[in-house]
Amino acid sequence: MMPLELIARDGHLTASPGAPVPALKISGLTVSYGSKPALFSVSAAMPEASMTAIVGPNGAGKSTLLKAALGIVKPLAGKTEVFGLPMERARGRIAYVPQRASVDWDFPASAMDVVLMGMQKELGLLGRVRRHHREQALGCLARMGMEKFADRQIGQLSGGQQQRVFLARALAQKADLYLLDEPFAGVDAATERAIIEVLKSKRAEGKTVVAVHHDLATVTDYFDHVMIVNLRAIAEGPVETAFTSDALQAAYGGLLATAQIDRLGQVAGQ
Amino acid sequence: MLWQALSLQLGYNATLVTVGAALLGIAAGVTGTFLFLRRRALVSDAISHATLPGIAIAFLLMVALGGDGRALPGLLAGSAVSAGLGLLLIQWLTRRTSLAEDAAIGAVLSVFFGFGVVLLTVIQTSQLGRQAGLESFLLGATAGMLRQDALLIAMGGALILALVILLRRPMTTVAFDTEYARASGMSVDRIDLAIMGLVLAVTVIGLKIVGLVLIVALLIIPPVTARFWSERAGRVAVIGGVVGGASAYLGAALSAVVPDLPTGPIIVLIAFSAFTLSLLLAPGRGVLAAFARHRSFQTRVHLRQGLLALGQDQPIYEPLTLRLLRRAGLATADGVATQAGRARAARALRDEARWQIARQMAAHEAATTHYDGLTPIEEVLTTDQIAEIDRRLGGPTEALT
Repeated sequence: MMPLELIARDGHLTASPGAPVPALKISGLTVSYGSKPALFSVSAAMPEASMTAIVGPNGAGKSTLLKAALGIVKPLAGKTEVFGLPMERARGRIAYVPQRASVDWDFPASAMDVVLMGMQKELGLLGRVRRHHREQALGCLARMGMEKFADRQIGQLSGGQQQRVFLARALAQKADLYLLDEPFAGVDAATERAIIEVLKSKRAEGKTVVAVHHDLATVTDYFDHVMIVNLRAIAEGPVETAFTSDALQAAYGGLLATAQIDRLGQVAGQ
Repeated sequence: MLWQALSLQLGYNATLVTVGAALLGIAAGVTGTFLFLRRRALVSDAISHATLPGIAIAFLLMVALGGDGRALPGLLAGSAVSAGLGLLLIQWLTRRTSLAEDAAIGAVLSVFFGFGVVLLTVIQTSQLGRQAGLESFLLGATAGMLRQDALLIAMGGALILALVILLRRPMTTVAFDTEYARASGMSVDRIDLAIMGLVLAVTVIGLKIVGLVLIVALLIIPPVTARFWSERAGRVAVIGGVVGGASAYLGAALSAVVPDLPTGPIIVLIAFSAFTLSLLLAPGRGVLAAFARHRSFQTRVHLRQGLLALGQDQPIYEPLTLRLLRRAGLATADGVATQAGRARAARALRDEARWQIARQMAAHEAATTHYDGLTPIEEVLTTDQIAEIDRRLGGPTEALT
């Protein structure tokens, strides 16, 4: 169990000088819906060029953690820094991929339209969508194997294809930090592989990936960093040291069979 | 007479009114599209009903100050203020109390409208100047409209249109994916406020022509109609503008010919006919197209099942299946396969067998997600891949092609 970090009013930085600046640093984040806290004083630091899985049982606050870090949900306390800057000043370097179920897919838009939404800054308010914008968007779709579906209305795509479109929109932002909320939920195995491949290549380019993840069995295969959350941050760090059966037991309690936890812990320990 | 009105030959004033109405209709259709996509259509009903007390109070104020109580700019300013108050009240109720938005809309709409009707009745029963005409704001009237009024409406419509074009991209993003918009640093609250402000502006300039009871129809019917014809937000907005503009133009022209008819209801009825036609006839989303699609799908399912049954010498119980097979010349009335039927049945069986093999092969995992019992495997895999499957399948399948 990590010690609770209560943020002092002046919120001064505690990082030692010379230490590398984390890509995403969350300090003392507390969020509540009504009077029931969803996250309580959660802190974490995701190093640059790493891939972090945020895991925890249902309702543990995983998605809330991302939303609060991004300011989509207003936290009661705590702050987020991105590459050493306050989050608001680093927004241009972040790409967010929301849960697929959070939007209405009957919306009148093509896959291309959705990807172009990721290029708002380049397009500006009045700028027309020009050919090189389209080509760039098409390139992002192609990266996800979706170029054939560019003109398809998004509601006519399968769940996996919709998730690929969301990924392509994030790629179009040319971000340095990718925050994904359950990118593998309800997608086919081929899509899962395509997504993880792209994310790993992003990491190879020095980009940072943080994903809310629900499948404990693939954590060690996909990620190098893990954060285990259940209302509080239970454990956080490299998968080899932080993804332990003790931490999982603490997060999931009776929700996960002990044998299963032991097996996962052993996998991580190898 | 109607032709003259439509071709703008009914005199300068009538022409101005018709053109003004068309611009209002375009602005309403385009603005309404973003309101509709944001799923806040009902808010516009509250906004429009909340204009009434503002109109009445502005009238009283202008009379008290010794002016003409019917001056349109003053009345519109008053209506904008009270509609804005109504909008703020809805927002406050939704955010600060446990009331849901629909309840807040209902409450604000009825209270403001009720208050407005009381004020209107007081004005009408008193001896206040030239009070006649205020009730025309309920259902709209173009008869006796002044030239500068029509100009005001036309210019307002053009201005609203320009603003919507300017804000179209952020408004679309917010409507599609609010969380994403917020995460990328857009001020969702401000963009929502802009949408509502534009709706309020349409409502205010539409009061004179369409009336406050029905302006909501001009905001909602055109985008809903347009949605039948396109799967792209930009085109929905353009088609919505065309439907709104054409309805308002036709309605205003009709109303110029028959001045006793209230303009608002006529415009709405014209827009509604466009909606009904679209609902029935649109390809893709239309009711008839959906019905035809369903029937053709049902036919495919029954034919396939029938063929598989024929191929395996199983009896066919379903009367529809039998009828379809007979009509296609694949089976006789007593359910026996014809020669063509036997060939088709063998092909169906082979397709099914190929699918079974393909679904066990890891290499075709992505392709086999298309398996639905109907799609021929040739549409999903290449000839080489199928040849490989046939090798695994074994047997003299080549003879059947």
